[in-house]
Amino acid sequence: MNPETVIDAVSAVFMVVGALMSLGAAVGLLRFPDLMSRMHAATKPQVLGLFLLLAALGLQMRTWWVWPVLVVAWLFQLLTVPVSAHMVGRAGYRTKHLHPELLSADELEAVVQKAAQKAARQAAARHGTDDDADR
Amino acid sequence: MMQIVLTVTAVVLSLAAAGAIIRIARGPSLLDRVLAADVLLAIFGAALCIDMAANRHLNNLMLLVAISLIGFVGSVTVARFVADRRENVRES
Repeated sequence: MNPETVIDAVSAVFMVVGALMSLGAAVGLLRFPDLMSRMHAATKPQVLGLFLLLAALGLQMRTWWVWPVLVVAWLFQLLTVPVSAHMVGRAGYRTKHLHPELLSADELEAVVQKAAQKAARQAAARHGTDDDADR
Repeated sequence: MMQIVLTVTAVVLSLAAAGAIIRIARGPSLLDRVLAADVLLAIFGAALCIDMAANRHLNNLMLLVAISLIGFVGSVTVARFVADRRENVRES
């Protein structure tokens, strides 16, 4: 059992598990009930799956200089994925793509209601001054 | 051994891509489709990675980074300009 065989075996396991992450995301996309839970499933291949596959690639290349490039590629994904997930989740919350009975905690609802009340009060005040100006 | 791994991952990734495409087709909302398109891009990236690892070359590494950049820009743009056009809110 020489080191080459071990490295090959480890990278083979990484590749198969990384591919299974994609399959898990697809199953989650098909079976979960609403946008929020589908987002939970969709992040699996984007972070952990990509990490496993890049590690397999680094192990297969057998050169040290390829590792910084792979780390940069993975860090880039790690920085962009939360931002896009935040934007999609925010848009989903605002357009009511969620089942409120499935949430265990909704900390945003109080903030949204407070902002709506404030906006309504300001609109009412502006309306009042407009009436005064008309008269 | 690489041949077996290639076959297994090809089957698994094909099934995963089929699932993501079904979710893109069925919807029900625009955001679900954006999410499924993101997953489909991740699956393409995984396929590129496995091809590079199995054949020991680095030709597609820049393409991998570009794919993740395009997925980021696309999903952020669509999420920024999405609007609620449904009558029945509870259909998702």
